[in-house]
Amino acid sequence: MSDEQQRNNVTRRRLMMGLPLVGAGVCGVAFWKMLSGMQTGAFNPHDINAPVTGRPVPDFTLVDQPPGTGFAAADLRTLKSPVLINFFASWCIPCIAEMQALLDLQKQVPIWGVAYKDKPENAAGLLKHAGNPYARIGSDREGRVAIDWGVSGVPESFLIAPGGLIVWHSAAGLDNEDVRTSLNAALTKVAR
Amino acid sequence: MRSLARLRCVLPLLAVLLVAAPMAALAVDDPAEMLPDPREEARAEAIGAQLRCLVCQNESIEDSSAGLARDLRKVVREHVAKGESDRQIIDWMVARYGNFIRLSPPITISTLLLWGMPLLALLVGVIAALRVFRRRSTPESAPLSEEERARLDEVRRDA
Repeated sequence: MSDEQQRNNVTRRRLMMGLPLVGAGVCGVAFWKMLSGMQTGAFNPHDINAPVTGRPVPDFTLVDQPPGTGFAAADLRTLKSPVLINFFASWCIPCIAEMQALLDLQKQVPIWGVAYKDKPENAAGLLKHAGNPYARIGSDREGRVAIDWGVSGVPESFLIAPGGLIVWHSAAGLDNEDVRTSLNAALTKVAR
Repeated sequence: MRSLARLRCVLPLLAVLLVAAPMAALAVDDPAEMLPDPREEARAEAIGAQLRCLVCQNESIEDSSAGLARDLRKVVREHVAKGESDRQIIDWMVARYGNFIRLSPPITISTLLLWGMPLLALLVGVIAALRVFRRRSTPESAPLSEEERARLDEVRRDA
């Protein structure tokens, strides 16, 4: 066996040993990034329904949810300034967790709430306890309006530009720093 | 003895439960959800089996007992009862939830590598196999030189 052949064999053996290790390393780093992203909220596997962003709001009508008044697609289509739509429920812990952030945020942009699959008295009870950040509130008792919006769980928020265009969406709570940063960027873009 | 007799009473019930349990797991939560026409129901189940439950993400809406899955099952059945085609119903879902709701993604530029992977792997395998076979059929080393042949003969004689 010539020297060159022998050297080739050694290189091949090293490659066979090294490649799986490198592959495992790359997978490990990718998983670590994904899991740490899930912890900080930078990566959310449930944040999937991008299709609605960039589209006009779907047709819908929501009945009153005390203490607020309901609204319909026409109300959003005739908007003169942006509105944040927030799907929430009294049975949803992350929704309760984001209430304080919503109370702060409503000074910046009006928030219209949608009580998702919730008993009206329970939703009203939550708002009495945690405070009411919503300018208007509709009740989606059956969860059918949420399906037309592509909602896969609560909380979920949509920024509506004047004219009724959905320009931003998040399936994570607004108490998350990254989500609020991205919302602020969307808000300045709409204002321009 | 009495406990044995009691066991004998319970055993048939247990047997029935054992047989019934996997059947219940396959069906929808509530028989009231099902369409009265068994053919329409079968079609709704086939469509639902292709749609991802967005809460559990690795189950179809037919397999999941999440609230949203139940709502989507209901929507599928309403559309089936209206006489819409499978394609129309799946498009309706994709319009709301994107291609992610389809358990088998359509062939697009971003999924080309995914769908092409088996073919690609086969191609790489065939090329690798051909190279190995070709190397085996060629002689491993050069023919012996005069000197080497003489030395070999010498060794053979000694043996």
